[in-house]
Amino acid sequence: MDFVEKARIMDGPRINRALARLASEIVEENHGADDLYLVGIRRRGVPLAERMADKIADLEGDRPRVGVLDITLYRDDLSTVGAKPIVNRTELPGDIEGRSIVLIDDVLYTGRTIRAALDQLIDFGRPRRVQLAVLIDRGKEHRELPIQADYIGKLVPTKKSEIIKVMLNEFDEEEGVVIVERPSTEAV
Amino acid sequence: MAAFFWLVFKMQSPFNRKHLLGIRELEPAEINHLLDTAETFRDVSRREIKKVPALRGRTVINLFFESSTRTRTSFEIAAKRLSADTINISVSTSSVTKGETLLDTARNLEAMAPDCIVIRHSMAGAPQHLARMCDAPIVNAGDGSHEHPTQALLDALTIREQKGHIEGLNVAIIGDILHSRVARSNIYLLTKLGATVRVAGPGTLAPTEFAELVSHGLRVEKTIEAAVDGADVVMVLRIQRERQDSAFFPSMREYAVHYGLHKEHLDLAAPEAIVMHPGPINRGIEISSEIADGGRSLILEQVTNGVAVRMAVLYLLAGGGHDSESESAPTSGERTRER
Repeated sequence: MDFVEKARIMDGPRINRALARLASEIVEENHGADDLYLVGIRRRGVPLAERMADKIADLEGDRPRVGVLDITLYRDDLSTVGAKPIVNRTELPGDIEGRSIVLIDDVLYTGRTIRAALDQLIDFGRPRRVQLAVLIDRGKEHRELPIQADYIGKLVPTKKSEIIKVMLNEFDEEEGVVIVERPSTEAV
Repeated sequence: MAAFFWLVFKMQSPFNRKHLLGIRELEPAEINHLLDTAETFRDVSRREIKKVPALRGRTVINLFFESSTRTRTSFEIAAKRLSADTINISVSTSSVTKGETLLDTARNLEAMAPDCIVIRHSMAGAPQHLARMCDAPIVNAGDGSHEHPTQALLDALTIREQKGHIEGLNVAIIGDILHSRVARSNIYLLTKLGATVRVAGPGTLAPTEFAELVSHGLRVEKTIEAAVDGADVVMVLRIQRERQDSAFFPSMREYAVHYGLHKEHLDLAAPEAIVMHPGPINRGIEISSEIADGGRSLILEQVTNGVAVRMAVLYLLAGGGHDSESESAPTSGERTRER
């Protein structure tokens, strides 16, 4: 089974510019960074949240708090996936009560990850507000739940057979976003 | 692209067994994965809402043919914190023979479609027997003098938490080695992960032949002093009166004098040595109150870690589809997470 790379839609500098724009949109929408709490969804949402926090610090002087969510135990497909996904740590330092949370993930597709993230977040407290920022939105037609992003790095309409691969220095050998095609539609 | 596939492969769970029957058959990588998973679950018990939905709609049956408070409660809490429904069945073994009871019970349990059966039995091999007859995953919660895998795992988690590692440590196990499933599972686990284990007890309870039977690298010492000398971890076992059909030592008092752990023994151990006991403790017999309640004792941490370990075990066995034998589908993270 081989993946065919179809298009490279972002390179390192473009990712960086998109994050800078998202950071300033977040700050504008929230009137500063006072109650802001960025929460990255494992795995690639985490470095994106850290980078965005740095950019917000550049804009506002204060670096917002950053947390990490591992949504594994809240997945709605746990009973159907074959073996058990590896569970990693969820770390939400301090209190999320009354804070303005911005969930951050690399790609928004079906919306199911975000549903799981919201459920988990609520188990930790009652934030004043929860918003969603993603680097790539694959388009509303793929959504299986009524979930939309508040901040979008790039809207990339895709087919179901396509996969968006976000590569970040923290995990991959390069930086960029590509569309790859999977050869058969039976694969998960 | 190769890196991408490697990542998918790497993120697959290294523990793909259907049952947890003992430590003996596990690979070090499987043990480490269980411990890593347990570490994540330890966080859940520290939250305000101590519950995650991972096993929602699943049923865990605690089938205890032998009395137990700690272990059964621990499994029950673990299952509940994973949102599973738990059913406790306590059966007295006094009037029935093993084969009949297990077979009957197994048939009844199958009819209730459980997703996991946790079994404790006074006969060694009972969980293995059940595993052959049932579709549900089986967890051994102690079978006779054979194994008690979750106890060894929680002990290992406690040691790892305190010492940062297990490899290279000197571990002394004191007491009734012969009848102890805790000792047996611990010896398997600790030697697999590279620790040195020395055991000591009355000659009748820690026979020298034991070492050859159980594990290479295990040493049987004649005295408690020799076993404890330089030890990083001292594990004290409970004197199990229920498993001794004849006199293995003259009296409890004499046992307490010669094989009870006292403060003077700890002076021989490594400076930062920790003391563990699987509970319930017989104060003043195998361990002095001074040590049990002292700063080096981790007895209560062991209990806390017990819940985390059992959550990990239940998640890995009862979570996911019941096709754990087929390992074809890539499982986690990257590819299967539909964003």
